[in-house]
Amino acid sequence: MPGKVTTMQQAIADLVRDGDTVAIEGFTHLICFAAGHEIVRQGKRDLTLCRMTPDVIYDQMVAGGVARKLVFSWLGNPGVGSLHAIRRRVESEDPGPLEIEEYSHFGMVCRYVAGAANLPFFPIRSYFESDLPKANPRIVPVTSPYEDGEQLYAVPPLRPDVTIVQAQRADANGDSQIWGLLGCQKEAAFAADRVIVVVEEVVDESIIRRDPNRTVIPGLIVDAVVHEPYACHPSFAQGYYDRDNAFYLGWDEIAREAETLEQWLKEWVYDLSSHSDYVEKMGAEHWERLTPAEHLSGEVNYGDYSMPPGGAAPVGGGGS
Amino acid sequence: MTSRNGFSKNEMMIAASARQLEGERVCFVGVGLPNIVCSLAQRTVSPELDLVFESGVYGAQPARLPLSIGDPTLVTGSTAVTSMFELFAYYLQAGLIDVAFLGAAQIDRFGNINTTVIGDYAKPKVRLPGSGGAVEIAINARKIFVIMRQSQRSFVERIHFRTSPGHSGDPAHDSSRGWFGSGPSVVVTDLGIYEPDETGELTLVSLHPGATLEDVRESMGWEPKVVGEVVETPSPTEDELRLIREELDPDGIYTK
Repeated sequence: MPGKVTTMQQAIADLVRDGDTVAIEGFTHLICFAAGHEIVRQGKRDLTLCRMTPDVIYDQMVAGGVARKLVFSWLGNPGVGSLHAIRRRVESEDPGPLEIEEYSHFGMVCRYVAGAANLPFFPIRSYFESDLPKANPRIVPVTSPYEDGEQLYAVPPLRPDVTIVQAQRADANGDSQIWGLLGCQKEAAFAADRVIVVVEEVVDESIIRRDPNRTVIPGLIVDAVVHEPYACHPSFAQGYYDRDNAFYLGWDEIAREAETLEQWLKEWVYDLSSHSDYVEKMGAEHWERLTPAEHLSGEVNYGDYSMPPGGAAPVGGGGS
Repeated sequence: MTSRNGFSKNEMMIAASARQLEGERVCFVGVGLPNIVCSLAQRTVSPELDLVFESGVYGAQPARLPLSIGDPTLVTGSTAVTSMFELFAYYLQAGLIDVAFLGAAQIDRFGNINTTVIGDYAKPKVRLPGSGGAVEIAINARKIFVIMRQSQRSFVERIHFRTSPGHSGDPAHDSSRGWFGSGPSVVVTDLGIYEPDETGELTLVSLHPGATLEDVRESMGWEPKVVGEVVETPSPTEDELRLIREELDPDGIYTK
């Protein structure tokens, strides 16, 4: 299998450095919690963490002391409420200050697009008559250079030092396929200097080539491939395991007090050596309960062009 | 909690909001009440309604009540799954969204919405989630619906941060903005229904059964405008209540 396939420990040790700008993307779907836990375990420091929705993963990482700054567009526990560890840092500098840089969803997406496309900014129809540009001076008014002279707002490119994305499957070279919610996995990966792809399954290159429309990230931009089943938990991988909504609801109680959160980190991160320990500790029944019934896609015909089209008819024949 | 009317405040809000979706086609949905509202509208006044979720789903047919806007049930069986860039750029920014739901921690008399902070931005008393997609939804969707309970804390004279723009109070300015959006076109609360008047000021047009003008005044931070003839919102019908209780929220998570 070798290629770029490595362990999570090795990938994080080699590719995530203190002071880096790091994006672990995935919009609700395919959020690589296992990578976040490993970053905490390795005691990385002074990271600038970027995500549209910091989610429980960044609440855990901020509590784990790895972050200096947060770049985001929606700071909550989806469908539940607050991210308490992050709120403590922002509201009362407890246990220390946390710098924030805030956008909207479309603004963050377009920051990644500009980063991926090597553009100096991206113009959008947003932020008009909002206080957000006052709160964040990097959201800047811009005028169309054409006759209409339309007023828009520009957002700057986001170019992470490292982007970590989860995919359902990849080959050993990192050619990665995703189905279900795509979030901005592709844009965040193309925008980054270094890319780690974490997958539920490593498959043969022929499987990838069988359905090339499903390839979201090419191995060309991937530095490491980590095979780590259930790495998204409590987020989910469409078709593999469900979102663990009970965990998200329970997190509210755990994170409300710094002590219970620290206890959780000790039990589920510091005292474990890897994500496979986490999977084992969670127990087979837990994973069984999260496994959805099968719902297969239909198949499409890409066509076989290694032989002349038209069946047995000779090339150029058939006319009269 | 079911009141003496035989239905809960949330059930009244859901039924009243769903009726507002009659004739609409493409609807940008949130989780919680808006999701139930849209599902009810699909089964009653608006069978053709297409549900769009900011997570990148067009034409969702959720088979269960989603906790988050990124639930896997939104994907399975949907018409299309797109990148978030496509969803925001081609569907929302290009004007394909007829109506969108926004939530609010604070709203003012012109429908300006705060979901960012209570207190000062740099040193907030309460740090709220922020915009998410709300600011571009407010600017690019053709209509904005707000469903929220009203209180002195949420219906305020002065919002602490303007996350998403509503009406400006100056009709000439509003019509020259050049956006598809133009502030909330309806606000449904637990007490009644508000619509903007010609200046964009939210005006009480309907009171829910059992609610009084006194109740309304006591639960907001400004003296509300009221139309001359306030009507009573028709109670949820038996059919609406059956759909809500048996099909859409059988565990009563959002409706009790």
